[in-house]
Amino acid sequence: MAMVSVKNLKKTYGKFTAVDDISFEIQKGEIFGFLGPNGAGKTSTINMMIGLSRPTAGEITVDGIDVRKQTKKAQSIMGIVPDESNLYNEMDGFNNLCFCAALYGMRKKEREAKALELLELFKLKDAGKRPFKAYSKGMRRKLTIAAALIHSPQVLFLDEPTTGIDVESSRQIREMIVDLKKQGTTVFLTTHYIEEAERICDRIAFIANGHIVALGTVPKLMGSISHGHGIHFLTDKNAESFATELETCFKGTKVTIQPDHSLVIVAEQRIPLFPVIAFFQDRGIDVFEAREIRPSLEDVFVKLTGIESSVLKKDAEKVGPK
Amino acid sequence: MKAWIAFWNILKKDIKNYYLKPPNISWGIIFPLSWTLMQVIRSPDGNILNLLPGLISMSVLFGTTSMLAVTITFERSGRSFERLLLAPISLGTMVLAKIAGTILFGIFNAFVPVIFASFFINLSAINWTIVFFAVLMISITSALMGLLIAVSAEQVFEAQTLSNFFRFPMLFLCGLFVPITSLPVFLRPLSYILPLTYGTDILNGAFVGTNTLPPLLCFGILLIFAVSLFLICRHCINKKWIL
Ligand SMILES: Nc1ncnc2c1ncn2[C@@H]1O[C@H](COP(=O)(O)OP(=O)(O)OP(=O)(O)O)[C@@H](O)[C@H]1O
Ligand SMILES: [Mg+2]
Repeated sequence: MAMVSVKNLKKTYGKFTAVDDISFEIQKGEIFGFLGPNGAGKTSTINMMIGLSRPTAGEITVDGIDVRKQTKKAQSIMGIVPDESNLYNEMDGFNNLCFCAALYGMRKKEREAKALELLELFKLKDAGKRPFKAYSKGMRRKLTIAAALIHSPQVLFLDEPTTGIDVESSRQIREMIVDLKKQGTTVFLTTHYIEEAERICDRIAFIANGHIVALGTVPKLMGSISHGHGIHFLTDKNAESFATELETCFKGTKVTIQPDHSLVIVAEQRIPLFPVIAFFQDRGIDVFEAREIRPSLEDVFVKLTGIESSVLKKDAEKVGPK
Repeated sequence: MKAWIAFWNILKKDIKNYYLKPPNISWGIIFPLSWTLMQVIRSPDGNILNLLPGLISMSVLFGTTSMLAVTITFERSGRSFERLLLAPISLGTMVLAKIAGTILFGIFNAFVPVIFASFFINLSAINWTIVFFAVLMISITSALMGLLIAVSAEQVFEAQTLSNFFRFPMLFLCGLFVPITSLPVFLRPLSYILPLTYGTDILNGAFVGTNTLPPLLCFGILLIFAVSLFLICRHCINKKWIL
């Protein structure tokens, strides 16, 4: 049985439909990502899943519990990280964690031990005695995630866990999420960073205008668009003048000239490399580099959603090296 | 047991973070004290005993309504309130935990004028059990009205405005300083739809014997007010804050 199951979920605000007939399942121990631009309906969906908002229609179950009917029972096994870090400003880190634990009915000894353990895990031990309002954005985010883990939830919901956080903290948070998965926690997260989704999610759903446009593993999503094969050639001299000749010589190819005067050859079938290099050599041109062009998940996203990737990419740079 | 742990910790946190904070605790003392002083100075020969029920009611009313309305709208704007909505405790438990701190604060407020007055007059003949329960009921109903205001307000200043809009008229309508019998006839029905009227009536009876209704009836009515307000609050929170 799926750990999380969402069927025909719908949310309207007045006449506006924010989430339109969404269905998906998440297996136990899976990291499932919702990738979409601002206003796609990510938060609206997550809020319905955690019982903070009422679906207009549809069903949600978590570990077999109907979230709409047995909201409190379902919430007891959920860990929730909202899109804003929302702990108590006037309390210190340690007391914030202990308070959250108490909300889940944990006893004092248990609360304090778990709070210390999490502060250590998130490298916030020194900050544990400082009030939340004195935390940096990254620290606030980490403590909010720690608070969601205090009662060792079976399912973790994270709404944009790394938005607005620097490279290093984002990396730590992602590692954390992957570790949780290894321990058997089921994770649902939303993000608008393509790289983030690609790196840690087992399966990704592209969401745009309240619809799931595509859903699957990264390889499956990659395979879902038909694309030609392309090779990028970097040569010592300008090879532009040979573009047309190249196209007639190799049937079925299309040659485009890049701004840096390099050439890209695209064809339906795979292009054998050696004859092309020989073609250039015959004309006194040396080839420095020949590289296969693969579509990225970003290309797939753009193609499937019709949304420019720049909408998502804004601070994708900050996802940083692996 | 789990619900009790959550209840107790919400209450403890609110007391520590809000009610025991210097500005609030001093407001809780200074406000009732200055009103008491003002009344005493205004009528030096006056009977402090006559004034005490009104002063107690007012202290409780002002202490509770503003505190709850402000702390809840404050927690809502910082979104930490969502944690309470998402916790695996019933909405009723959560509401009770949130108003419990305010009720205690209201009771504390009530006894400031009493202690002050005890320096001047002999209060040994008073039935303190009745006074305590009257104060408790005033505190509960006022706290719930504060909560109702919090549910209607989106911002802290809005909550403050709204609570002032209600409580200043109540000073005059509920027999605190002006007996209801001397109010214009057309205003009197208004008095009787406000719980504070019944609480003050009990206090008037306990201190000076000038109650207009039997205390037991007043307690009954206050209980009905408390239960209905609680149910209304819970319903409104459920409707308005779980979108
Ligand atoms: N309470 C509300 N009332 C009216 N419209 C709303 C409400 N909440 C969300 N919406 C609308 O629903 C749409 C989806 O919003 P949602 O917050 O789910 O998007 P999102 O994918 O989380 O975006 P972001 O990346 O900005 O967080 C938006 O157009 C938003 O304006
Ligand atoms: Mg969002």
